Amino acid sequence: MGDKAQGRKILVVAELRGETIHPVTFELLGKSREIVEHTGGEVYSVVFGSSIDKAKASELIHYGADRVFLFKDPVFSVLNPMLYAYNLVKLCREEKPDIILMGATCFGRSLGPRVAAALKTGLTADCIDLRIDENGELIQVRPAFVGNILAHIKTKTKPVMSTVRYRVMKAREKDESRSGLIIEKTAEKLFQDRIRLVGEAVPKRLNITDAEIIVAGGRGLGSAEGFKLLGELASLLGGVVGSSRPPVDDGWIRKEHQVGYSGSIVKPRLYIACGISGSPQHLFGMKDAETIVAINSDPSAPIFRVADYGIVGDLYQVIPLMIKEIKARRSSVG
Amino acid sequence: MEGLKTSLKTSVLLKQLLNIIVLVKQVPDIERVKFDVETGRIDRSSAPAEINPFDLNAIEAAVQIKEKMGGFITALSMGPMQAVSSLRDAVARGVDDAILLEDRRFAGADTLATSHTLAAAIRKIGSYDIILCGEKTVDGDTGQVGAEVAQLLEIPHIYYVSRIIRVSENSITVVSEAENASYTLESGFPVLLSVTRDVNKPRLPTLKSKMKAMKSEVKIWHAEDLSGFLDLDKAGYAGSPTWVQKVVVQKEKTRQCRIHRQVEDGLQELMRLLEAKGLV
Repeated sequence: MGDKAQGRKILVVAELRGETIHPVTFELLGKSREIVEHTGGEVYSVVFGSSIDKAKASELIHYGADRVFLFKDPVFSVLNPMLYAYNLVKLCREEKPDIILMGATCFGRSLGPRVAAALKTGLTADCIDLRIDENGELIQVRPAFVGNILAHIKTKTKPVMSTVRYRVMKAREKDESRSGLIIEKTAEKLFQDRIRLVGEAVPKRLNITDAEIIVAGGRGLGSAEGFKLLGELASLLGGVVGSSRPPVDDGWIRKEHQVGYSGSIVKPRLYIACGISGSPQHLFGMKDAETIVAINSDPSAPIFRVADYGIVGDLYQVIPLMIKEIKARRSSVG
Repeated sequence: MEGLKTSLKTSVLLKQLLNIIVLVKQVPDIERVKFDVETGRIDRSSAPAEINPFDLNAIEAAVQIKEKMGGFITALSMGPMQAVSSLRDAVARGVDDAILLEDRRFAGADTLATSHTLAAAIRKIGSYDIILCGEKTVDGDTGQVGAEVAQLLEIPHIYYVSRIIRVSENSITVVSEAENASYTLESGFPVLLSVTRDVNKPRLPTLKSKMKAMKSEVKIWHAEDLSGFLDLDKAGYAGSPTWVQKVVVQKEKTRQCRIHRQVEDGLQELMRLLEAKGLV
């Protein structure tokens, strides 16, 4: 009760990708504001970077942080989890947050467990909802068993730590009039030689988790060639190509295109599934898309159960017609 | 003096053989396992148990490193006695030694308690250069245990390893994946690596290796065997900070699909959809 009266201190660990703050951070700030509006308290954020300046860090305030801890040092150019964890753990021991949130991204999934183990506290992975119950305690909701069940998880220890899936929480509108405090911290430069970056990072051509439009193919494509056709449709729509697992296993397309349980979880505005039957593992990765279109020759394919629109037919007939129609409309308008 | 020289030489030679530990877990076949719709509990008897599929890549990576560098591979698992069969499978796939951590007091563990128990066993094993694990388990699906173990052992970890480029007696170079980029990273030993399914294609065990594995001895370590290494308050259900308050069975989210069997009609509807989304 006492700590309820004092309110909650929530610490959002910001994620930098290059020079920009990844939007999952803003989503976590949005959720944190919602929680403290209910319980009282403050939202803190921490950001580590080699070149991040105060102007950039103030974006965290514009999206909901009251206080930002800024660690700017060249040592943070390599994601060395020992070094990051050491500095984050030290900050947590000083500031004693009640809740620590990070994105369920490669960054958060790698760093979170180290910090949880160091703080001797629980960490709940891949949450899709966070709620405060009548006792003022945090309930962490996460899917389990390939999305068949949702587990409501509580943590006995403090701080409560969660990683939260990208694109499930809502960021607030950016408010540049919001004010807050930016506190510059000095990095403890330990463990630098434990992990060394060799050469430069190789940027990926494809970032499927951020895509708004995905045209995806499955075994029904029949061969690697089919992805060229999907690629043409995707680029006409300003989207990217996705895949279910079989084409990746058969070497038709690179793994980074894979959507599903052992690939990426996506939430585009439009998902066009071509020749994908819809295994539970694939549906796990795409069922929350805003609109789903399925093109499949088998009317009993499970994909039609989760789709908004379906065409029972040969994708090699349907897609060229779509491409032709889109081009015709554009040329008649332009 | 001569004797000292020889023993030094031997120890240097021995040092070149890498000690590798692979963390494995026995899981139900997730594609076949049934759920109790009321409680959300899984019925483990409804599907055969197997090695967590992601761990097969970790075992294969260990075997490939051993083939190149020489070494000794220990598979380490925590679970009920039935998990012996999965450890035998690991032996058939090329690990040299298998240890199962089995005790009622280890049961009901969340990731932190599991990590404390595994880390205790690794400290007892004592000598290790590389710890390998799969990206996640198909039943727990957290991917947290690897990094937690690394923190408890105070060693570095590298997650999402998609390629092992080079191994030497004292370092390893790997490619680690993130959403937007790949990084080539080098680490000295000891280090924990969590590998993805891209890192290799696990070989199937041969009949001969299966036969041999059936006769192999799996070491069973109970709580007493970890005394001095494990604080039992940190193990099992009692040592788990997280607990499942309830589970809700997800109703399959179906949508009202407007299905067209006439391609022309379907196409017209799709074009209206693209228009509504501002795409044409």
